[in-house]
Amino acid sequence: MFERVLTRNFGLPRSESIDTYLASGGYEALRKVLREYTPQQVIDIVTASGLRGRGGAGFPAGRKWAFIPKDPQIEKYVCVNTDEGEPGTFKDRELVEKDPHQVIEGVIIASYAVGAHRAFVYIRGEFFLGVKRWIKAIDDAYAKGFLGKNILGSGFSLDLSVHRGAGAYICGEETALIESLEGKRGQPRKKPPYPASVGLWGKPTLVHNVETLANVPHIINRGAEWYASIGTPKSTGPKIFCVSGHVKNRGIFELPLGVPLREIIYEHAGGMAFDKKLKAVIPGGASTPMLTPDQLDIPMAFETLEGAGTMLGTGAIIVMNEDTCMVDVARRLMRFFAHESCGHCTPCRTGTQRMLALLEDLEHGRGKAEDIACLEEIASKMRGLTFCPMGDAAANPILSSLKLFRDEYEYHVKYKRCAVAA
Amino acid sequence: MQLEAKIADPAKRSMLLTALYIAQEQYGYLTKEAVERVATRLGLPVADVYSMASFYSLYRVQPTGRYVLQVCEGLSCHLVGGADRLVDYLRKKLGIEVGETTPDGLFTLQTVQCLASCGTSPAIRVNDALYENMTTEKVDELLETLRGYHV
Repeated sequence: MFERVLTRNFGLPRSESIDTYLASGGYEALRKVLREYTPQQVIDIVTASGLRGRGGAGFPAGRKWAFIPKDPQIEKYVCVNTDEGEPGTFKDRELVEKDPHQVIEGVIIASYAVGAHRAFVYIRGEFFLGVKRWIKAIDDAYAKGFLGKNILGSGFSLDLSVHRGAGAYICGEETALIESLEGKRGQPRKKPPYPASVGLWGKPTLVHNVETLANVPHIINRGAEWYASIGTPKSTGPKIFCVSGHVKNRGIFELPLGVPLREIIYEHAGGMAFDKKLKAVIPGGASTPMLTPDQLDIPMAFETLEGAGTMLGTGAIIVMNEDTCMVDVARRLMRFFAHESCGHCTPCRTGTQRMLALLEDLEHGRGKAEDIACLEEIASKMRGLTFCPMGDAAANPILSSLKLFRDEYEYHVKYKRCAVAA
Repeated sequence: MQLEAKIADPAKRSMLLTALYIAQEQYGYLTKEAVERVATRLGLPVADVYSMASFYSLYRVQPTGRYVLQVCEGLSCHLVGGADRLVDYLRKKLGIEVGETTPDGLFTLQTVQCLASCGTSPAIRVNDALYENMTTEKVDELLETLRGYHV
């Protein structure tokens, strides 16, 4: 039986309180770090653990930390990305609402490692409860001396504050998040330079997803070797998978990386709802290409999903049964991307709007045969040509649904209605 | 004075999002006057502040009803029979279209793209509160409760 780490406190009464966290051994990792380790040693431990970012890209955390300049004269910042907003993903919301101190401890350790004395939480404006929980948890951490000046008498100081976003999916992209923190429209910056060298207010900045930071205290407490023993050699540690759609038990499941998709759907999520057959699965959030039932034995890890032509993303699994119209699915997802395109570059701004119009036409029986080719052309030309990865994200569901379910698109054109509802 | 009192931070520009929230709370929505005050106080062009207000979807540049009902139409909410059914139900029940406000000024109906409530879908947000696992029966109860506050 896999031992839950990140979600171990979730069932406890008042799991969000500092008392519950302390009672379960909370802030022990911070004490250990401040007492025993130099910043470089912390970076080495995190690097050895193999922890990869849980926000979607999966970049090795230790390497990201090592990029931050060591010069103590240079001011540096740490940003906690709580701007979760991709359909299917709801793990960070749970982490912040149910166990925020775990994340705060991770922030303090990360800040110590990279030499930052100022950290910011950037939280999605829609997360009202999350904002409250963050503020309360930070206040309590200050009161106990885990934040502020001279933390636990170590000489290390850190200030942490909450910055509320205002409803823009793109702010989850690290450079857009920084722009928004600076009080601008959340439009991505050109990379390079990467935030690790030029970030918030031009200073080196470490941006990490909530789940990534939640892993850090456990790595310190139990060691890099223990952590690396969980998962696959290239994708180590536990992962919170979010399962939604047509399954019996929707929700989050903490499991080791590399667990087969089949096990998640049929064991943990209780199998298909209403005894319907499985048709397709989106494995890692709205932007990841779909999988079909014959691919269910695929291990849910960064490298294996990449090998299957898709991505682990945020680990948000959306399950669809045989009654699902794939043109409708593509249209829903495109509504999201068209609404959330930041408008900064033309291929994404115009491409998503055009694709949405074509999909609305197809869905409503107004589609023409050439529309399918047009859709495919726009999607494939957007890939890799937009200013930030959101263009790829928007093109993915179109290209993968066209590849796997082209007949459904054709049916819509020919019969002016849906093959599933027919 | 509430607004001025709260924006006294040296990193002025970074206070813009917060300032707009405060102004929105004070004025109900971002009126011309509200935007101008924020702009003056932060020393920014009014057009600049407007461009921020229009970029972020949580800022309202039009008046809304007392309760803004936002139905999530994300894929996960849709798959479990949420979005369309709930929107249609609310349209009929309130006698308004998406984007409109009831004549008594109580309810505005909107759709949103994702509320990160996929595991407990379908979801509806009403102002600062999230209602999950929604059904038409629960919508009835919700509207009744909200109306009850205004009898």
